[in-house]
Amino acid sequence: MEHRIIDSQLGVLRDKILLLGGATEAAVTRAMESLTRRDSELARRVLDEDRIINQMELDIDRMSIEILALQQPAAHDLRFVISVAKITPILERIADHATNIAEAALILNDGPEIKSFVDFPIMAKTVSEMLRASLDAFTNEDSRISREVIKRDKEIDESYHRVFNDLLEIMVDDPSLTTGAAHLLFVAKHLERIGDYVKDICELNVYLREAVFIKHSPRT
Amino acid sequence: MNKKEQKDSIRIDKIGFSKNSNRLVTIMSKISVSNLNFFYAKAQALFDITIEIPEREVIAFIGPSGCGKSTFLRTLNRMNDTIPLTKAEGTVLIDGENIYSAGTDVVALRRRIGMVFQKSNPFPKSIFENVAYGIRINGIHSSKADLAERVEKALRDAALWEEVKDRLNTSAFGLSGGQQQRLCIARALAVEPEVVLMDEPASALDPSATQKIEELVVELKKKYTIVIVTHNMQQAARVSDRTAFFMLGKLVEYNPTQKMFTNPDERLTEDYITGRFG
Repeated sequence: MEHRIIDSQLGVLRDKILLLGGATEAAVTRAMESLTRRDSELARRVLDEDRIINQMELDIDRMSIEILALQQPAAHDLRFVISVAKITPILERIADHATNIAEAALILNDGPEIKSFVDFPIMAKTVSEMLRASLDAFTNEDSRISREVIKRDKEIDESYHRVFNDLLEIMVDDPSLTTGAAHLLFVAKHLERIGDYVKDICELNVYLREAVFIKHSPRT
Repeated sequence: MNKKEQKDSIRIDKIGFSKNSNRLVTIMSKISVSNLNFFYAKAQALFDITIEIPEREVIAFIGPSGCGKSTFLRTLNRMNDTIPLTKAEGTVLIDGENIYSAGTDVVALRRRIGMVFQKSNPFPKSIFENVAYGIRINGIHSSKADLAERVEKALRDAALWEEVKDRLNTSAFGLSGGQQQRLCIARALAVEPEVVLMDEPASALDPSATQKIEELVVELKKKYTIVIVTHNMQQAARVSDRTAFFMLGKLVEYNPTQKMFTNPDERLTEDYITGRFG
């Protein structure tokens, strides 16, 4: 026998969180596409599928608790279960932000198109890339990539400020677009928050690999 | 209804919680114990035990010393009969047949319900002969080659073959403690039992040998129903599908292990598994 009893359970847990990660990533991408392509059908799909993501979160919670209670993981196994238990609600919250963006898309798609989506596509692309990279880094337990992704959070923050200023200008230039621009401000904020969450995932990836907490530390 | 149908109808006529969820499911009971009382002379050791043990699962018995878990384990293959002045009341059904009914062939019963003890007890013979012994006395084998095959199979099932295949004719006492215990498991498996009772099989072993026994237990449940008495609650958590908690001769709680170790029904169980007593 080459495998320990815990190994098969950790394998299942890994599969479950990777599925959740994939579903979350798809939700963010679709939510932004529903906005930029004015595709309300796609937005509704994001809203519908959030229930599945919520169920996945509960399922992973249950399994993490069960492994902790029954298998008493130690060392790397323990860090893995703890990381999964902490990353799971982060992913679920990212998916919630995606549903918020989809809800905004449903409203915006019914109104006049605000032509200047300014930095949105770039911001959305950066967020998606970072999210995918953070999940790949989790899979490969790659703390180097995780640290690089953390640094990219600055790009999101910069994009956010540009988008914010552009939208303010739109509001001033054409007050009839104020409502739509205000919704877009929230969308920008959602993307900015997703960036923060991705950073949290990367910090947990470093913990998983190196057993060090880099959260709240000045250097990463 | 033919005999087989009758047997199956007895075995599936139970409803309980599945081991992985709170869904109600039908359970194939291998062992069905009802209102069992057990006495050492006038001293009552077990009180009104009722429990269903499903087929091909691992059931752990836990509880403080003297709680009756080993006594109960031994009632399942009538090993207590060897102790004078003991008496059992109630029924223990294996596949629907009461093993305490008059006319039960106890030797045949113990072949079906094998047992492994706390302290490994190999015979002062070779590794091969230890495993071959039960096959020989029960006349299970058809030829010398068949005997050798059965010995190999039992040793493989006990995850010992690779370690001993080149020294089958050497003394069993040359094996390590963990290997000796797995040899005893191989000896129990050699006579093709349906249930294997294990009385603290790893309590005298180091962590590495213990881990091997635990992995073996999980592997064996694919073919056998396993009942394991353990002082080690973590071991019960790791290997079992269901756990029974005994205290002062009574069955306090019996639930899926996942439930038992995350949200037991009884306060007494919670106090025990969290180390508040015992």
